[in-house]
Order: sequence, then C-alpha cells, then structure tokens
Amino acid sequence: MTTENETKEYSTMNSQEKTAPIRVSASQARSGEAREALLMANESIKIVVNDLNLYYGNDQALKNINLQIPEKRVTAFIGPSGCGKSTLLRCFNRMNDLVDNVTITGDMLMDGQEINAPGVNVAELRRQVGMVFQKPNPFPKSIYENVAYGLRLQGVNDRSTLDKVVEKSLKGAALWDEVKDRLHESAMGMSGGQQQRLVIARAIAIEPEVILLDEPASALDPISTLKIEELINELKNDYTIVIVTHNMQQAARVSDYTAFMYMGELIEFGATDQLFTNPAKKQTEDYITGRYG
Amino acid sequence: MVTNQSQHISQQFEKELQDIRSQVLAMGGLVEQQVQNAMEALVNGDADLARSVISGDDEINKLEVSIDEDCIQIIAKRQPTASDLRLVTGILKTITDLERIGDESVRIARMALNLSEKDRPKKNYRELSNLGNHVRGMLRDALDAFARFDVDTALRTAREDREVDAEYESILRQLITYMMEDPRAVTRVLDMMWSARSLERIGDHAHNVCEHVIYLVEGKDVRHLSVEKMEKVIKGEQD
Repeated sequence: MTTENETKEYSTMNSQEKTAPIRVSASQARSGEAREALLMANESIKIVVNDLNLYYGNDQALKNINLQIPEKRVTAFIGPSGCGKSTLLRCFNRMNDLVDNVTITGDMLMDGQEINAPGVNVAELRRQVGMVFQKPNPFPKSIYENVAYGLRLQGVNDRSTLDKVVEKSLKGAALWDEVKDRLHESAMGMSGGQQQRLVIARAIAIEPEVILLDEPASALDPISTLKIEELINELKNDYTIVIVTHNMQQAARVSDYTAFMYMGELIEFGATDQLFTNPAKKQTEDYITGRYG
Repeated sequence: MVTNQSQHISQQFEKELQDIRSQVLAMGGLVEQQVQNAMEALVNGDADLARSVISGDDEINKLEVSIDEDCIQIIAKRQPTASDLRLVTGILKTITDLERIGDESVRIARMALNLSEKDRPKKNYRELSNLGNHVRGMLRDALDAFARFDVDTALRTAREDREVDAEYESILRQLITYMMEDPRAVTRVLDMMWSARSLERIGDHAHNVCEHVIYLVEGKDVRHLSVEKMEKVIKGEQD
C-alpha cells in the first residue's frame, strides 16, 4: 500500500479507531499476483477494487480487498456467513450508502471511474449496476408493469417501445413462454421461481452493464434453481455478473471465477475450475471441503 | 496443496472417506500377496499354490466393485471438492490398476501351473524370481506412498519402473538365446516370457498408482511424463 493511500485512510478515519490493514507476506503476494496476471491475461476488466476497507462504525467488515472483476464473466463470492461477501457486493452499486455509519477507504473503479466519488449520480450507477436479491421482490403490479417500471421511471411511455422491451427482457430472463398470455395479471400470483426471473427481467429491461445477484436461488426449489443457473449462463454473453451464493456447488456450476472470503478478507481468487479441484490456500480447502478450520 | 488432514464437520463423511481408504489398502495387501504367491508357485513349481492364486482373484474383483460403488455413493451424496474429490477419483483409478495387477498374477499362476508339469531349468527361474522381487518391492512402495500420501516415495518408486523395464529387456534377450540353443525348450521358454511380460506390466501398474498418489496429494497430473518432468511439475517449475 502506498503512503498516499495510507494518508487517505487517516483522513477519513480517526487514527485510534483504525485497525492495522491485514498484510499478505511478500511471497504470498507474489504468487497471488502471478496467478492473477495469468488468469486475467485474456480478460477485459470491468471493475477494479484496490485496498478496499469498509467499517461499520468501529467494526471492520472488509479488510484490504484487492480484486478484479472480469467483463462478461460470472464471478462468484463464496464464504461463511458474515465473511463480508454481501457487503462487498453491495459496494458495487453503493447499496451501503443506505446504511448509517459506514466508512469506506480505498478505490473501486468501474470502467476506470471511481464508484464512490462524491460527484457520482447514484441513480445512474444503479441503472448500470442492477441487483437481484435473495427473496424475489416484484412490485404489486402486473407482470408487464413490473418489467416496464424502470423505463417508465426514465420517462419512456411509448407503448410499442415498452412492448418490445418487455418482450425482449422476459425472453432474456427465460420467462416469456410461461407468461406471454397473462402479461397483465398480477405478478404476485407467480411462483417463487417465476418471480425471481421476473425480477431479473426487470433488472435487464433498463440494460445494465453489471448484474449483482445476492443469493438469487437460495429461496427456490431445485428446478427453479436450475432455470436461474441456466439463465445466468445466457446472461453472461451480454452482462458482467457477480453472484453471492452459499451453495458451493452452484458457484462451481455457474461461475468462471470464484473469490473465497473469510472474516472480511479475500483469501483466494481464482479460476473456478482450479479453485474447486486444487485450491492454493488451506483456508479455501477447509471451507469448500467442509472441514474445521 | 498437501492433502488435508483436518477433520470434516460431517463425521459420517469423514468415516466414509476413511473406509474407502482402508479398503484400498486391504485390496492392495491382497494383491501384493497374490503377486508373491504367484511367483513362489512359479519358482517352486507349486501347482496347488498356483491354483489358489487363480481362485483368489475373485475376492480382488469383488473388492474392486465394492470400492467403486462406495466412491460413486460418495460422489452422489457428498459432492466432494478439492482434496476430497482428488482422493475419490484417485482411488477410482488406483483400484483399476490394482485389479489389473491381480489379473497379471493370475496369468503368472497359469504359467506356473503349465511349468510345474515340465522339466525345471538348472537356474530355477532365478532371473524371473529377481524381476518378481523387484516388481513386488515397487508395488509395496507404491501402496506405502498411497497409505502415507507420500509424494517422495511415489516419485522414487516411479523411477524404479525404468530399472524394471531394463531388467525385462535383458530377460527377453536371454530367453531368446535359450530358444535358439534348444528348440525343444520353446514352449517352456514362451511360458517364461509371458510371465516376465506380466511382471513388467505389474511394474507399469505400480508406476500408475504412484502417479495417482501424486495427483491426489499435489493436485498435479503427471501422467505420461518422464520422471524428470514429474519432479519439475511437482516443484512447480513446469506446467
């Protein structure tokens, strides 16, 4: 970490409250760098996270995170409850702004632009970075209006444009065939799996660049889960996807890259194929094989 | 990554993995015994011992099937990852090689049965006996490497295979000379050749087991590599 960064930290934090940033040993850093350089050789990077620290009051929830999210790939965050994976995910579209007493230091750049810069239009950021939560949260409106909602907010009311976008989004979310004959019925009558895909359709209707998925399938049955996973696989052709999941098999199935987090630290980041057969760190190994740490 | 020695949260899973490991070792012990008995039967012209080797293969086959089944159950129920996954797949491959070694022992025992009815050569199959000891040592070390997840032993044992191959070549040349010297001995010498061939194959299978051990401990696939390259891959100098 450069001195410049350190001064930046001190300027935002009371020096007595500040916990020393966790440092990786030189050899670890080298091997990590080598691995990442190798990994990222042919990927374009959508989001870069440099020395990110996040504090809820005095509690440090994220410790010195360095990470790169490749474009149009699926990146999964795994780790035990409370490890900071959802907190990190919520940084990407500044959902943590809604939480009181949060302090963030370090950089988080999307396409080279600092996400946390004071001048950033948060509404516009969230249009670019859509989010889907664990529990489907459709609006108590018709299926059609749910998908059209974002566009209407942007002032688009032209019927034929809306029709086109609704159809395209529902098709994109693999839901069109199931709902095309009842577009004007309430979304609340759909099954959980359908509702979750509707929420994804709503997210992609406004053409975001990044989609954040926070446990998108944990409340769904196995068949709906497979449909969501299938959908994720298709969506990555057009979007950068970051998914938080407790289901490791799901992370193994859907993601191209996996980040393992533990106690607020990023322990290991690597190609999913590698991480699930031969992880580099013992903590990762213990977690994914279900052992005592 | 060294294979993980800490305990699983699921005791049942822990036990299932322990069980297949000890079953593989039990199977290995049986196979080793079969090789030894087949060689003794050959060298001593012991027809009864040869017959017992032939009938003993059944138990090894049954073990292969049952360990196979257990591994499949673990994959289906536990979805093992990382070192656990490598252990299970490593075992699946190891037992295939062990079962083949069992088959080669049966071949040797069949030759022993044939040869027991014929005149015994003056040197009493000393070359075959030496090759047999060498190969049995390799097998024992390979199983040892498996039991202790010991990459160094696996590498050292894999290196032995080259010696075994050289020894096999020289036995072949010797046997060809015998056949030319005394055409009446051709049938007997052919049986000896088949036995030598089986021993050489056992060496190959032991070598394979060493490769599986290296894979399950290090997560590095060293199949079809020279021993020198294996060492480099293990040290991370080459991929």
